[in-house]
Amino acid sequence: MDEDAGSMTRIFKAGAGAVVTKSIGLKPREGYPNPTIIELECGILNAMGLPNPGIDNFKDEIAELKKSKIPVIGSIFGSKSDEFSKLAKNMEEYGADAIELNMSCPHAKGYGLEIGSDPKLVKEITSTVKKTVKIPVFVKISPNLINISEIAKAAEKGKADSIVAINTIKAMKIDLELKTPVLANKVGGYSGDAIKPIGVRCVYEIADNVNIPIIGVGGIHTGKDAIEYFMAGATAVQIGSALYYRGAKVFKKICNEIENWMKYHNVKNISEIIGAAHK
Amino acid sequence: MNFPKITTITETKNEAKNTKTIKFNFPGKIDPGQFFMIWIPNVDEIPMSVSFIDEKIKGVTFRKIGDATNALFNLKKGDKIGIRGPYGKGFKLNGKNILFVGGGTGISTITPAIEEAIKNKFSSNVILGVKTKNELFFEERIKKLGTNLFICTDDGSKGYKGFATKLAEEFINKNYYNSVITCGPEIMMKKLFDIFKRNDFQASLERYMKCGFGLCGQCCVGEGLRVCKEGPVFNRAKLKKIKDFGIYKRDASGRKIKL
Repeated sequence: MDEDAGSMTRIFKAGAGAVVTKSIGLKPREGYPNPTIIELECGILNAMGLPNPGIDNFKDEIAELKKSKIPVIGSIFGSKSDEFSKLAKNMEEYGADAIELNMSCPHAKGYGLEIGSDPKLVKEITSTVKKTVKIPVFVKISPNLINISEIAKAAEKGKADSIVAINTIKAMKIDLELKTPVLANKVGGYSGDAIKPIGVRCVYEIADNVNIPIIGVGGIHTGKDAIEYFMAGATAVQIGSALYYRGAKVFKKICNEIENWMKYHNVKNISEIIGAAHK
Repeated sequence: MNFPKITTITETKNEAKNTKTIKFNFPGKIDPGQFFMIWIPNVDEIPMSVSFIDEKIKGVTFRKIGDATNALFNLKKGDKIGIRGPYGKGFKLNGKNILFVGGGTGISTITPAIEEAIKNKFSSNVILGVKTKNELFFEERIKKLGTNLFICTDDGSKGYKGFATKLAEEFINKNYYNSVITCGPEIMMKKLFDIFKRNDFQASLERYMKCGFGLCGQCCVGEGLRVCKEGPVFNRAKLKKIKDFGIYKRDASGRKIKL
């Protein structure tokens, strides 16, 4: 539900504090043929292939969102630092409140994870974008790495304002009858319930290694899930797949659940529990 | 579970020029107007409204227009396809006097609704509009139901010469209908929406889809109304709020395309 201004407005009205756009590139891109999304036992598997209308066509969507004063985090993807900086500049001009650099899409050749696994590139791209725009820059990183802390540190060195972790996990589903992978791209990214422990572990590790805020994402369905991420070191969370499991009202529900948990445990301010698991 | 279930094609039938029905095993309930995601392995997966509803067998009827429909067109009895669904909200038959208007392949979507109306002993008039007579299908099937059927062709090769909306306007001015139920080109449906002012107007919209289960947002219209979830059938109250209705749709990349 990050396709256009209309869908993001609905999500905002449903209780989200801000919306992250789909990842936008320089040119329109159709993405992969279907099947691009399927449901598995414990999560959602997708390989969209970064479909997007291109930065020029996205101007109107941001303008529409800003009419309603909705905080917008513009997600962008590119293959080189100058591409990222052009996209970031446009996003800022259009009115985005922050930029998220997608350096973690696990299934698009030449983009995402292929860039985000190289600490030098992560640092270079982050610092180039930082020099281009005034709005905060977040770096979304992948769990499909053995050096996740190193990548997070590289983003911090590039002056990133925040780390977003995690993106989906590389995965595959084979149909037994047809003996073929179900997704058209064969490999996709897994999200939802199953990846929460992985996300929590990544956030915990990153928190041990950087001093910038972390936005936790991956398998958050309930207030307790969010609190687990807070305890691991996240100061905010993103919600995706839970929209399917609990409907558009998921944002309000999670906020209420967090408040109830805090009341029950006599926590006055959320900052009391951020990073609480690091002892 | 939103995962394609592999099933076997039990029957295929040519219905009109470049238009075919395929039937497959799919036990279970489905409402007229609801749709399946049909996976043609190694090609694509596309949404299609149900056109035949039997207890164990369901069918879809489509025209060859792109890679996916071309591939599906060439499949034979015994071939395997994947099915997910049924998805979305179908037609609700409220009124006792219903005008059905089907345009082009939209005929396939409204026909099961006509069958249900007849089963419920509702009086119904049916207008089918196609460009030319060899694109017409389901004529016999609908006639057999005992409903009043009127055919329109753009070129006058059969029935009334002109757009279905023109004939529908005459009917609406002359007769009393509780409801209008329609599926076809969106411009046609928008025109009907403007002509028929009563509340119970229901149109089935079509948009490029990916997940089919309300997560990805690809098919959103208006303020985040998902064609796959809140639609594909929308009533007047919803359609009123959809600024893009009859004006534009989005391609796979999300770019706006004029209708």
